[in-house]
Amino acid sequence: MLATSSTFEANARAGLANPILQRALALMQSGFPERRRLAIERLPEFEALRDIGESIKDHTLEHLDFYLELFEANVLASGGQVHWARTPDEARAVVLQICRSVDAKVVTKGKSMIAEEIGLNEYLEKNGIAAVETDLGEYIIQLRHEPPSHLIAPAIHLMKEQVADTFRAEHCSLDPARSLAEARQLCDEARAVLRPRFLAADVGITGANFLVAETGSSIIVTNEGNGDLTQTLPRVHIVMTSLEKLVPTLEDAATLLRLLARSATGQEFSAYTTMSTGPRRPGDLDGPEQYHVVLLDNGRSALLGGEFQDVLRCIRCSACMNHCPVYAAVGGHAYGWVYSGPMGAVLTPSLIGIAKAGHLPNASTFCGRCESVCPVKIPLPKMMRHWRERQFAEKLYPPVYRAGLSLWAWVARRPALYHATVELFSRALGWAGKDRGRFRSLPLANGWTAVRDMPAPEGRSFHRLWAERQKAGARR
Amino acid sequence: MSKAREQILAGVRRSLKRGRLDATRETALQERVSAHQRNLVPARAASMDHAGRVDLFVAMAEEVQATVVRVASPAAVPEEVARYLAAENLAADLVLAPDPGLDAFPWDARPLLRIRRGRAEAGDTVSLTPCFAAIAETGTLMLVSGAGTPTTLNFLPDTRIVVVNDRQVVATYEDGWDRLRAAGALPRAVNFITGASRTGDIEQRIELGAHGPRRLHIIVVDDRQKAGDGEDE
Repeated sequence: MLATSSTFEANARAGLANPILQRALALMQSGFPERRRLAIERLPEFEALRDIGESIKDHTLEHLDFYLELFEANVLASGGQVHWARTPDEARAVVLQICRSVDAKVVTKGKSMIAEEIGLNEYLEKNGIAAVETDLGEYIIQLRHEPPSHLIAPAIHLMKEQVADTFRAEHCSLDPARSLAEARQLCDEARAVLRPRFLAADVGITGANFLVAETGSSIIVTNEGNGDLTQTLPRVHIVMTSLEKLVPTLEDAATLLRLLARSATGQEFSAYTTMSTGPRRPGDLDGPEQYHVVLLDNGRSALLGGEFQDVLRCIRCSACMNHCPVYAAVGGHAYGWVYSGPMGAVLTPSLIGIAKAGHLPNASTFCGRCESVCPVKIPLPKMMRHWRERQFAEKLYPPVYRAGLSLWAWVARRPALYHATVELFSRALGWAGKDRGRFRSLPLANGWTAVRDMPAPEGRSFHRLWAERQKAGARR
Repeated sequence: MSKAREQILAGVRRSLKRGRLDATRETALQERVSAHQRNLVPARAASMDHAGRVDLFVAMAEEVQATVVRVASPAAVPEEVARYLAAENLAADLVLAPDPGLDAFPWDARPLLRIRRGRAEAGDTVSLTPCFAAIAETGTLMLVSGAGTPTTLNFLPDTRIVVVNDRQVVATYEDGWDRLRAAGALPRAVNFITGASRTGDIEQRIELGAHGPRRLHIIVVDDRQKAGDGEDE
């Protein structure tokens, strides 16, 4: 997928000016966060589970080589195959080679962000294989040739009228006079159109929420049942996944599953949590004859041991974006690549480079809600700051911006000069604004004053008041 | 692709600033895996007695729009199936899991039920299966694949009926894992099912029956006295 993260500012402006997107985002803000809050209120152990979830993932990442090898050994023991892929190119090639080995014409897909990350659909189509998304949201955006705008609700940027228009344009063989006014009708139509595709598919590709080292199993979590039809009906099941999905045991998976659904949709448990281990067994009447796991690295191993390791704990629940004021204002497409919101702002620069994705870690108010709701306590704001520091060090900010920051840093490191400068400026501003008490615009701060007034400083500075209080306290 | 494998593992170790773990460390990790140590388990279901867990299972399943009926004996199951299908205005055609455990129910007493045994096919409208366990914590059914319990029965038909024996109700997922390990080799698929298929992908409105079953009906058979079995998990 071609990244447009470098034009985040323009993307964001377009998002802010899009009335449909704004209506859809308003719905999201009243939906996910409230449901999550209610679900968490019902589970007194939730906070303690967050700490445990964090430590399970940390433990796994610190011994990732061991758990990868154990996972591989157990997949092989259950009759499956593991394919290691360093790059998106390698991962695509493996998938294509498996598809060709069974002469596949139609591939159904459960939702997989890794498949999005490697642009799998386009690649398969180019090679003459029809790739059909089956998650309702993914299906809608596939028809519209759009990337997902949210981790778990990929079509969250649309209202039902847009979905109806898309279905009318694409499902040409159906009665043009049919009603598509209700979400129910749209769901039924998608169900009816996709059912034959499920049955016709030669290969089913899903992602994985977790990989269990102990058993060599992949776990998917869905609500629609599309992932299960995708991996049960075709002759071949391919799990398209990445290194950091490993967990040691079934018990560890249970803990993380308790966190996942509540953080994501506010459900106690998703409708379908499925653990797959190898291909069909002798005597089984259904299930795939081949079970393949494609393990993608794509830069993840390089994040271990460094300041961005913690982002590999992410279980893709979407709580961070559901609670982010920036995401809620501009929507997921503004982020310009597969991952959006706070986790995207940290992960995207790691995967496509900070030069292309530099705007993302800057698109934050540092309000900290993302970190406070993260089920595995990823310090997202801190990592966005690390990216900003790196951008500064690598001279990726515009010269004027860098000069301004350098000047500020130079002054801020000299307390006497800093206090004198602040004093001088606040007095000058206080004098200039003494009549109106506020400024409607200020030179060099137009961006700030465009949407609010700057109050004119009054009296003494905080530092001065503090110093006076300390002195008075010492005298007493 | 073994080159990719070696490079990825080497990259992981390089980033972690160490070589391959030594034998002592690997043994310790292997022991952590084999211990099946439980993490914190919520008190919600774990603190209850068995009867409380069955009630909780029913309440949690109903919360996610499953319908639940409790019957007093296995003999009452076919009757309940017939009643449910009639009440929902559904044809009396159903495909039954081949599992011999279902033979214990007196299907002959309901000759109007048209029954086929096997996996689900495209046209099947109603399926009925046993389950492996039922998790009280969230009203979740735990089903496993096998010669007697094909996975397609869980997903293709519009209407799902699952028979739960009272003794199959456990408190938590961890209890389910224990039973699974005790049962022997891991099946190909373990399906945790909580309510009917649903989606919120259009305007976050929850619609049932996205791709999987539109309805889930659970029949809980309370035959503890008859089984003469007072065990509590």
